[in-house]
Amino acid sequence: MTENTSPSRLGVGRVLVAVYGILAIAATGRSVFQIIDRFHEAPLAFSLSAVSAVVYIVATIALVAPGRTWYRVAVATIGFELAGVLVIGTISLVAPGILGLHSANPFGREATVWSAYGAGYLLVPLVLPVLGLLYLRGRRNVMRSAA
Amino acid sequence: MIEWFTWAQVGVAVLAGLICLALGFAGKIPNDYSLGVALLVELLLLAQLVVAIVAPLAGNPPTGSLPEFYIYLVSAIILVPLAGFWALVERTRWSTVVLGVACLAVAVMVYRMYQIWTVQVA
Repeated sequence: MTENTSPSRLGVGRVLVAVYGILAIAATGRSVFQIIDRFHEAPLAFSLSAVSAVVYIVATIALVAPGRTWYRVAVATIGFELAGVLVIGTISLVAPGILGLHSANPFGREATVWSAYGAGYLLVPLVLPVLGLLYLRGRRNVMRSAA
Repeated sequence: MIEWFTWAQVGVAVLAGLICLALGFAGKIPNDYSLGVALLVELLLLAQLVVAIVAPLAGNPPTGSLPEFYIYLVSAIILVPLAGFWALVERTRWSTVVLGVACLAVAVMVYRMYQIWTVQVA
């Protein structure tokens, strides 16, 4: 399966994995701290923070792990992230009250990875899932042509 | 936190990140230059750790949450050696790019640490 994969595409995948890993650490660290320190301030937003952190961790593993099942897991988790950043990002800007947020400030103490489309993370949470899905599509084509 | 040192550190991390990205995209596998600038970033982080321990004792306490500050600092300190380890194990140019990404992430994290220490935007 991997024999026909061009090295550069695999290499780009490596960078993707690295960025996902960093984001997973960032989201996990932040949400763990928010939940321990001030969960009562915005329970829904911080719970979403934790969910996103777990999804980032699973996505990182799924990108590394070989095989069809992990491929599906990768598509599912990365798709979920894209939906999350779009939906939660929009809500955080339009109606922060729904999430129990007092402001839409992506750098504030209540900010999550997805607030304002991930502006607090240089929009990486918005761009990354798109790159991830493109990468996975490319890998699927490679898998097909190899089969 | 010492303001000028922090800004210098952000500057060095950004520069190191860009150097590694440039070397990586130019097709260079991790070499003394890319690993060297990453090492410099790591040393500055360790210096920042010393500053963070000493500063509150010297009448320079954080305005924000110290545990949150340390989550960022410790993650950053772990991050660079991970990328460096990766660069030593996988000898491809993409490892150089990963080194660059790690350095840029450190720059952002140090900036966040600075915000936590000095500016409260709640």
